[in-house]
Amino acid sequence: MAVSTTSPAPAAARPSTRRSFVDRVDAHLKWVLIVPSVAFVGLLIAFPIAYTAYLSFTNASGSVSRPKRFVGLENYTRWLTDADRFWPAVGRTAYFTGAALVLELVIGLAIALLLRKTFRGQGVVRVLILLPLVATPVAVGMMWLLIFEPTIGFANLVLGWFGIPAQGWLSDPSTALNTLIFIDVWQWTPMVVLILLAGLTTLPEEPDEAARVDGAGAWQRFRHITLPLLAPVIGAAAILRSIDALKTFDIIYATKGVGGGSSHEAETLNVLAYGQAFQFSQYGRASALLMLFFLLIVIVLATLAILRKKADQS
Amino acid sequence: MTATAHQPARPSASRSPRAPGASTPEELAAIPERRPLRPAQRAAGVARAVGIVLVVLAFLVPLLWMLLASFKTNLDVVDPAKTFTFSPTTANYGTVFGAQAFGDFIVNSVVVGIGSTLLALVIGVPAAYAVSRYRVRSATGFLLLARVIPGVSLLIPWYYLFSQVQLVGTYAVLVLTHIFVTMPLVVAIMSSFFEGVPGELEEAAQIDGCSRIGAFARVVLPLSVPGIATSAILSFIFSWNNFLFALVLSDQETRTLPVAIVNFTSYASVDWGGLMAAAVIITVPVMLVALVAQRYVVSGLTAGATKG
Repeated sequence: MAVSTTSPAPAAARPSTRRSFVDRVDAHLKWVLIVPSVAFVGLLIAFPIAYTAYLSFTNASGSVSRPKRFVGLENYTRWLTDADRFWPAVGRTAYFTGAALVLELVIGLAIALLLRKTFRGQGVVRVLILLPLVATPVAVGMMWLLIFEPTIGFANLVLGWFGIPAQGWLSDPSTALNTLIFIDVWQWTPMVVLILLAGLTTLPEEPDEAARVDGAGAWQRFRHITLPLLAPVIGAAAILRSIDALKTFDIIYATKGVGGGSSHEAETLNVLAYGQAFQFSQYGRASALLMLFFLLIVIVLATLAILRKKADQS
Repeated sequence: MTATAHQPARPSASRSPRAPGASTPEELAAIPERRPLRPAQRAAGVARAVGIVLVVLAFLVPLLWMLLASFKTNLDVVDPAKTFTFSPTTANYGTVFGAQAFGDFIVNSVVVGIGSTLLALVIGVPAAYAVSRYRVRSATGFLLLARVIPGVSLLIPWYYLFSQVQLVGTYAVLVLTHIFVTMPLVVAIMSSFFEGVPGELEEAAQIDGCSRIGAFARVVLPLSVPGIATSAILSFIFSWNNFLFALVLSDQETRTLPVAIVNFTSYASVDWGGLMAAAVIITVPVMLVALVAQRYVVSGLTAGATKG
């Protein structure tokens, strides 16, 4: 301000334009900050989703001899009436996600309570349980492939010590999906533990102390004080884990390959869609499948969000 | 469930402090610490210690198994007698780096990881600041979209788009697509970090003559170094671990480690030693990063989730 009165020379013009530029940035700061990320999301995420939606109504494929043509709802009706691949895949996706989620929450909560009180070596234990979380999922799949190898694997060796007959684990179609759930639980339970431990440290201690004074036992205090107070954090962990469990791809592909095994025993929606798109180049059909999958994810998340709200209120 | 679950309640209920002379809550609460441990308490302590050891073993033994197998010959891997006693060899690592050129794949993973982390920080940190200071709901929802959408549904259009402009197989495509993994992380971590930075700091800077953007750049950003470090470390780890995008969008030259290791199985489905060496090579760097920076990794992984 003082600059303009003392020297109206050209030299002063520069700072004032710079200032007006800064002023302009400041006036729209919110948008200056947010536009790059929104533009990125729009370009690389929203547009592709819209394009996937469009492809789902066509017979687009990798074949050059067959031009892309609008086919209406054909892809959708085809999937929805497909009791061979689609519905079993829906069932497996739901089973995988549900089982992994419940196991991870229950075991994760138990471990978090176990690690809650201070003990010698607590820091070391908390660091060690980080390791499965940061391990590359594909390598984790390979690691379990060796451990669960029916003839040479460590898992059957251990079972042998207890006189339990060897299992087929990943190679047996009847146990493959459960074994994959086990792997997911091994890798991601620590995530639940970390979140719940962080949640436990923020809980007020007074209600627990008061209940202890009133003679409440450990289970009663857990059931009526810790659990309700922790419910929002458990809900957040449940949403995080269910999003990722629904989309599980790496460990299935690494251990069972495209198609989820010879009889598709581990084929979830994500794996089915990948095979349709990148093994058979059926882009239209795969896109319709992905739109249905997306719908399922939205339904699951909405259900969890409603449950979470109810848990918060009670 | 209830029958077993009620059992631990009994011993603690029986030691519910009704000792004579203790009347205020403070005194009552202090009693267990003053007295020597009762047998029941000692048993509970031992049970807890055993439980903790079991938990640690459950998470570590598989990783140790992978490490052991990577130093075994393929004959020793299949021999139960050589489970724990064997003469270690580094031949598997030689195979992986020699025949498979894993050195190149490591370079690819590092380039893509650093590139996508830096870009995610450049666009994600300002966005997170806007989200936490201006409460831009629509943007938050948009970014949530990036978190829930299955990657395969993006890959079809990406593949089409990038093959039209002949970019499939370049670093640029991998860096761009990996931002899809890294940016949501940066936004989640940084927005919860900025919540903890008091707004008075920017106000004070503005009173002292700073512009708003200046206050952000000169006051808030320097304070955010721990948050930015957290974001950078986790972004790099998640980009390093990402498999799906590079599986479709990389080529022979730009292949990242997770894709290389899966291809390794198809060449050599019985070379367990080599496979485990490859698995060790891919997991050890991120584990070392996580061990060194564990404080940041933990706070990053739990960011946002604990606020409910």
